[in-house]
Amino acid sequence: MRKLLSTAVVLSASVLVLAGCSSSGDGGGASAEGLKGTGSGDSCVIDATVPVGAALSLTGGAASYGESQQKGLELALEDLNAKDGVKYELTVEDDGTDPRQAMSVFEGFVADGTSTIIGPTLSNTAFQAQPIAQEAGVPVLAISNTATGITEQGDFIFRDSLTEAQVIPQTIEAAKDKLGLKKVVVMYSNDDAFTESGFQVMESALKDQGVEIVDTLKFSVKDTDFRSLLTTAKQSDPDAIVVSALIEAAIPLVTQARELGIDQPIIGGNGFNNPALMKDAGEAAEGVIVGAAWNSASDSPENTAFMKAFEEKYGAGPDQFAAQAYAGMQIIDHAVRVNCSGERTDVQDGLTQVKDLPTPLGSISINADRDAEHPAVVQIVKDGKFAVLN
Amino acid sequence: MQQLLNGLFLGSIYALFAIGFTLVFGILDRLNLAHPAAFAASAFFGIWLSDSFDLPIALVLVIVFAFGAILGLIIERVAFRPLKDRPDAHFAGLISSIAMGGMIIALLQAVFGPNTRRFPVGTVPDDAIEFGAGVTASVLQIVIVAVSLGLMIGLTILVGRSALGRSMRAVAENPGAARVLGVNVDRVTATTFAISTALGAVAGVLFALSVNSAQLGMGSAIELKGLAVIIVGGMGSLPGALVGGLIIGIAEVFAIQYVGSSWRDLIAFGLLFLILLVRPQGLFGKRKVREV
Repeated sequence: MRKLLSTAVVLSASVLVLAGCSSSGDGGGASAEGLKGTGSGDSCVIDATVPVGAALSLTGGAASYGESQQKGLELALEDLNAKDGVKYELTVEDDGTDPRQAMSVFEGFVADGTSTIIGPTLSNTAFQAQPIAQEAGVPVLAISNTATGITEQGDFIFRDSLTEAQVIPQTIEAAKDKLGLKKVVVMYSNDDAFTESGFQVMESALKDQGVEIVDTLKFSVKDTDFRSLLTTAKQSDPDAIVVSALIEAAIPLVTQARELGIDQPIIGGNGFNNPALMKDAGEAAEGVIVGAAWNSASDSPENTAFMKAFEEKYGAGPDQFAAQAYAGMQIIDHAVRVNCSGERTDVQDGLTQVKDLPTPLGSISINADRDAEHPAVVQIVKDGKFAVLN
Repeated sequence: MQQLLNGLFLGSIYALFAIGFTLVFGILDRLNLAHPAAFAASAFFGIWLSDSFDLPIALVLVIVFAFGAILGLIIERVAFRPLKDRPDAHFAGLISSIAMGGMIIALLQAVFGPNTRRFPVGTVPDDAIEFGAGVTASVLQIVIVAVSLGLMIGLTILVGRSALGRSMRAVAENPGAARVLGVNVDRVTATTFAISTALGAVAGVLFALSVNSAQLGMGSAIELKGLAVIIVGGMGSLPGALVGGLIIGIAEVFAIQYVGSSWRDLIAFGLLFLILLVRPQGLFGKRKVREV
């Protein structure tokens, strides 16, 4: 009898131990229970550190964007960790501007029990990698994907970057009012998801505004010699050339256009929104018009503080990608504090409740489509700097 | 008219690249597939020179020419010479030169990183010269054509008139007989590689200047065009490479103008098949009779 009893005790004890193991395994990490805190909003206190993963293009074609993003995230991390209540641990991994590499980075984050994933840098890459997080139920915040359809991938995919569909119509409208556009030539690289979707938005925005498209010229995302395309464009004598391209193509395109004596304005998509344009195209970049999600000239307290801190830490001013990355961490912090929990589903729920959050980008709300809403700004390159077109 | 000029500029870079390619083939009967990597390496090296020492572009071109020559010697020594006595030396050299090219690119990535790099703004004056009726050429483009033509003419004279050229032609004809007649075949081989790669190196810098960007993969983008050029022109023929380069360059440009930009490569490479059908030896090539 005694023997039977002791066996029963041992058995039930081991069942308890097993149950304990499996319950802590549910959250995907050893500290899953610790990710729930007490209080809410500013008074929220979470004992464990909330793990955030970022997949950024630190090498490859989009490396110049990824580098800015990393700086923005790290600056935000310092600011957030200086506050009381919730501490974050940020892991940045390189997606190599390569969808396959991004997929394995995402798989790694999913397996590591990361609360939220930021990234990847390019829309093209995002379409391949983000479904992995959606399937595993890990919330993703895209901080630079602007293609249509990113957030349609599932209810765990959010973004704080304005879409091309939000920015480009505003750009075209402002340019039309200012320059009196009647007919334009459109150029785009037709083998990249981002530039292709940018082109579609440009096309429909131009139609809506009653601007005639006299010619549409396609090129490859890897092309660097645009002289013959530009000569063709010049022959149609357009009022402006509207271009959907990444910065790698934008710089040679702009330089070669000016060299061929095309002095009409060039209107670019979000890919043009990079200080490298002025640095590497020099004089040729003057007069290029770019719509942007972030206005460096904005004097909101959030933006001035961000610009000052960035300049102090890195010795150079931020760009839009850094600003969106910084705002991304703020949004995640807000989402974590709403339910005072770093659990994946709680963060997802928190992200749906972001409303009028003050950030360097302006006052951000996340709408029912999980896209960010805030005003855009139309810029023109003047004296080697982006100025507001007005 | 402007398109013709665009084609001429593009074509002269293709030609300069292809002439280096075809020189090694014509004289040594070897295909050096490390050539595209040397093309990229030289562009990066040239940009580094410009960036770090603020040298005038003429001096950069001279140094890059020398850099290319040294690189050529290394490629020959590492990838080709150890294999020269093997019965399958052609094929073995082809493959080992691909390996060499891969190593050069990996080294470049380690040193310079993967980002696109550019010559600093103002390396070449961006003035444009107008030929009336809206046809313009930049100073840079004229420099490109002048440097390309100059090097090609210089090379033709070198091969046709000089003592070194005579040895080269002797080796091309029959390496064994040349050796018996007292020609230092190893030295001629090394020199040929040096000249070939030096031309490719200058082409790399000119290309990077022309499109205002240099990427690690820039060589592989031009490699197929270069092969098309030497086939169109005739394997091993120097004037053939020049004319072939111009033909491919102009064909591309006009394909964009009249057919559509997505069809560019289709037209350029279609032309290759067409010429091979009509004139299998290429425009300037001679029919080779192979003795067994």
